[in-house]
Amino acid sequence: MSERVLEALRSKFGAAVMSTHSLHGDDTAVIEPSAWKDVCTFLRNDPQMSFDMLVDLCGVDYPSRSPRIEVVLHLYSIAKRHRIRLKTAVGDEDLVGCEVDSVTGLWPGANWFEREVFDLIGVRFTGHPDLRRILMYPEFEGHPLLKDYPADRTQPLVPYRTEAEAGVPLEKLAPFGPDEGMPFGRHNVRSGSFTSPSGKDNN
Amino acid sequence: MEPIDLDLDENELELPTEPMRLNMGPSHPAMHGTVRIVLELSGETIVKSDVQIGYLHRGFEKMCERGTWAQVFPYVDRLNYVSPMLNNVGYALAVEKLCDIQVPDRCQWYRMILGELARISDHLTCTGAMAMELGAFTPFLWFIKAREMIWDILEEETGARLTHSFGRIGGMAHPPTPALKEMCRTAVRSVMDLVEEGEKMLLKNRIFLDRLEGVAPISGADAVALSWTGPCLRASGVPYDVRKVHPYLKYDEVEFDMPLGKTGDNLDRFLIRLAEVRQSVRIVLQACDRMPDDGPVNCDDLRFVLPPKQEVYTTIESTIAHFKLIMEGAKVPAGEVYSYTEGGNGELGFYLVSDGSGTPYRVRIRPPCFPITGGLSKLIQNAMLSDIVPTFGSLNMIGGECDH
Repeated sequence: MSERVLEALRSKFGAAVMSTHSLHGDDTAVIEPSAWKDVCTFLRNDPQMSFDMLVDLCGVDYPSRSPRIEVVLHLYSIAKRHRIRLKTAVGDEDLVGCEVDSVTGLWPGANWFEREVFDLIGVRFTGHPDLRRILMYPEFEGHPLLKDYPADRTQPLVPYRTEAEAGVPLEKLAPFGPDEGMPFGRHNVRSGSFTSPSGKDNN
Repeated sequence: MEPIDLDLDENELELPTEPMRLNMGPSHPAMHGTVRIVLELSGETIVKSDVQIGYLHRGFEKMCERGTWAQVFPYVDRLNYVSPMLNNVGYALAVEKLCDIQVPDRCQWYRMILGELARISDHLTCTGAMAMELGAFTPFLWFIKAREMIWDILEEETGARLTHSFGRIGGMAHPPTPALKEMCRTAVRSVMDLVEEGEKMLLKNRIFLDRLEGVAPISGADAVALSWTGPCLRASGVPYDVRKVHPYLKYDEVEFDMPLGKTGDNLDRFLIRLAEVRQSVRIVLQACDRMPDDGPVNCDDLRFVLPPKQEVYTTIESTIAHFKLIMEGAKVPAGEVYSYTEGGNGELGFYLVSDGSGTPYRVRIRPPCFPITGGLSKLIQNAMLSDIVPTFGSLNMIGGECDH
């Protein structure tokens, strides 16, 4: 059924549709980034297509390819019950030109999805009403889902304690300092103060 | 008695007219601890709102790119932690679609039974929590009691109450226990009793109804445009249920209805969930009748499924297969796939990209409550401050899923 959709896309947009395939039954069209919004508008408004639901929008990073970032859009039509996957690739290896037209005007639901792709991958959606981070915090630097973002990198909002400050190797350090946290000694009822196991008064 | 400030001219008393800004959450009991809403209020009416998520972001998609395909299962458990089994099955089906394998009939029925049990517990938690946030504590306890019964079955089957990690590529971790069918038949009966009792408590309660009826309605077209799926979409009258429209597993062989709402207000979302509990019970009972008692549960494709333990210890081929599957991971053919199932909150999609190695290249989850929470701002526009609580409760936002 959605073979027809690919056929219609090819005949209407010609060279802007770079390739199509139907791997595992998922019809896919790879299109030029410049035609992104036109193709979406056509798919949304044409009565034969009527893709009224944006199912998913995500980005995939292929560092070895150029353009590097692939933006993947899944659409569904409630009335026609067909699906299509649209893909486009943008951005060079330094993420220059990593821009796609926003489709928020066509599907309001695209708002958060585009913010998420911007946040995690770094694609800028031109025409998006409110493009800011959504899952990460505003102070976060970089885009964590890029393949060259190290998975074990941390960006704490409150800086970690250094060895110089602690005076001992960090792995020997208790999670709290000697004078902070819960005292683990018994409560000395008579004097009303806590004593730590080392005998040092903690209160 | 005369007022003290006789000489005070009423015109002099000026109240501030600019909207008041109020932070709701993230540490607010009704916000489930994971959402913050920045509100601009005029009196008690919401003029503008900004819903901020991400407090439970744990880098799910990044973590998945580090292990093998099978090591993703514990992570998907922690997405929608109220119905982990549905996520397990959804992810397993996605990988199986990519590998082009199909699990035996017995496993399909088994997955359906466990999945529908998880769906019942998901809906009960949502409706119960929603009632509790409006002050009705007893129905919440009853619904949680019903959920306990379901969790007892899941514990018996999987060994874990909450995070089962029970799905496998090409099957399940264990075959069903002999007592499964009997346990299900007994449990759903008591669950339905509790649900009916709780329902009676709520649906004749004037306070409860007043706070739900007509509050935060949304039209079907709007809900579709906001990418809503699941009970929230069906409450607006749009007949879209993945189980019905694009059946997977054995959903085309069982009889169940797709309850639809009319106005899409909070009451409809509440009622749809309770109606779906009944449908899930129907599915569980039918699946119990039709699941074969013997036969294989896992498919026998040794590229993806671990060989039986007995053979691992006795034959060299199975030892090697086991070693390679564990150490290198199943080699999923290169390609990309989008697979979708009906999760607790709607269409749970997985977009997987494989480069042919034992590690996923990209695991993208389409969490159903991400776009639903995205529509919250539109729902509470021009509503009252106190309407946020039932509205947010009716959307069933699950932090783990929404924030990945």
